[in-house]
Amino acid sequence: MNYIQITDLSKSYADIEALKNLSIEINAGSLFGILGPNGAGKSTLIKILATLVEPDGGEIFINNINLVGNPRQIRELIGYVAQDIALDKILTGRELLDFQSDLYHMKKKEKYERIKLLINKLEMNDWIDRKCGTYSGGMKRRIDLAAGLLHLPKVLILDEPTVGLDIESRNIIWQLLKDLKNDGMTIILSSHYLDEIDKLADSLVIIDDGKVIAQGKPTELKNKLGGDRITLKVREFSTHEESQKICEILSSIDGISQIIINKAQGYSINFVVEKEKDILTKLKVELAFSKFEIFSLAQSQPSLDDVYLQATGKTLLDAEISMTGKRDLKKESKQSMR
Amino acid sequence: MKLKQYNLNFLYQETFALTKRLFIQLQRRPSTLLAGILQPIIWLFLFGALFSKAPEGFLPGVDSYGNFLGAGLIVFTAFSGALNSGLPLMFDREFGFLNRLLVAPLASRLSIVLSSFFYITILSFVQSIVIMIVSFVLGYGWPDFYGLGIVFTTLILLVLFVTSISLCLAFVLPGHIELIALIFVINLPLLFSSTALAPISFMPNWLSWLASLNPLTFAIEPIRIAYTQTMNLDLVALHAPYGDLTCKSCISILFSLTVFSLIIIRPLLNRKLN
Repeated sequence: MNYIQITDLSKSYADIEALKNLSIEINAGSLFGILGPNGAGKSTLIKILATLVEPDGGEIFINNINLVGNPRQIRELIGYVAQDIALDKILTGRELLDFQSDLYHMKKKEKYERIKLLINKLEMNDWIDRKCGTYSGGMKRRIDLAAGLLHLPKVLILDEPTVGLDIESRNIIWQLLKDLKNDGMTIILSSHYLDEIDKLADSLVIIDDGKVIAQGKPTELKNKLGGDRITLKVREFSTHEESQKICEILSSIDGISQIIINKAQGYSINFVVEKEKDILTKLKVELAFSKFEIFSLAQSQPSLDDVYLQATGKTLLDAEISMTGKRDLKKESKQSMR
Repeated sequence: MKLKQYNLNFLYQETFALTKRLFIQLQRRPSTLLAGILQPIIWLFLFGALFSKAPEGFLPGVDSYGNFLGAGLIVFTAFSGALNSGLPLMFDREFGFLNRLLVAPLASRLSIVLSSFFYITILSFVQSIVIMIVSFVLGYGWPDFYGLGIVFTTLILLVLFVTSISLCLAFVLPGHIELIALIFVINLPLLFSSTALAPISFMPNWLSWLASLNPLTFAIEPIRIAYTQTMNLDLVALHAPYGDLTCKSCISILFSLTVFSLIIIRPLLNRKLN
């Protein structure tokens, strides 16, 4: 059995199905990424793992402990860094860490050593004795992360920890996560930043609309696409009909597969070409024969966005944009309030 | 047995940390403490002055109106403080800080409630003692040793009763706006429909019934006895329309209300915190 085993997990909020029979396996000592657009169900999954939300169905085992049946035991194992940083503005950073360590019943000597260590590691010496209310976003995130790590958890759960951070803070957090993983900590990191997951994760799951659409190691998932990803435009803003005709041409060329029309990007066409064959020369000839000029043609190694695109027909960015305005964040916040 | 001792130590550690946090907040933002002291003192001065020329014997069993008013304002101070006790918890809910507590392996989530009780009880005591000292300086008397015991016992019961209701509201209501609105609605009407400002004999029949059923009255009257007479639990403290109540009866009713409220809110707290 894997260190973390999630089977058929489901959760609904009133009429919204946030998770639909999700099954995930996570190895011990790995950094596991949860990728998906806003509203995909990442935060619900994270909150269930952090014992904040009870699932409607399914099972979760962490280190062979049933999460639903033994939440207190699970809480001893996990450290949680929430998406919305909730600090007490009145307390200083040091007081907050002291407070947090008492909630985890740490002994006096142990807690002062851990606090000192984390202050140094996260480079917080200059401002740790200032009130949390005066901190910038990056400082808040670092203190929140330190609070999650105080009791040396076996599993660290982070919900979009680098959203809106400056580069310096992001790099510090990335480096820390790498160090923690090397020390054997299991890390679950949810993000909608592709590069973050691509760089950090040993394996990942891509979630869309509460369902798993892909799961595996980043390289495996990208290699499954079979070749380089091409983005073709015959005009800056094509029409649907025009794109359909080009799709037909592309379909007739041997070695081209997984053709997708990307509406959000001016009806550009994405497809995969087999590496060994010189397909692009043939493509140019065929397009010229049908009186199409190439406006732009970009060739790239497959990315996780391509994996997402392949599974859903849209890029992560498009999915984010399409979700904007659809979500009632106030309602969601009320629903998740205890 | 060892495990139980462990859990008790943990419960103490987490409750102490949670209470300490509330006191740090109070120390750095003392406006709540100051307002809670200033308001009743202003009332003491103003109402005391308002009725300073009242004829002798105007109020039964007391020398002056200030002497009568002191007990009402001590109770009102404790009551207002306790009624506001749900606010920090509501803000923790709204800003997500409560999640920080709920993710931690607390020995018992009761510590979240206990810390609020400790904090409000100590805060109310500090405020009440200041009001008592000001009353004394103004010449409105000071209870004897036994009377002091009754004052503090009564205040503890009232604070527990009202705090449990306020914490319950902090979990039930959707946000702090609603909680503050409800506090506004409850606070002054309960004060005016009690015997804090006027004795029952001054009230119309319907209001005397209301005042005799008002929990504040059950706290005010024993304290008033402690201020005006040599304390004896068997003294009649309240001439209610439904019969006379001794100090002992008033405190017993208050005790029952407190136990009842704690029993009532337990399932809700269990549901919200577990």
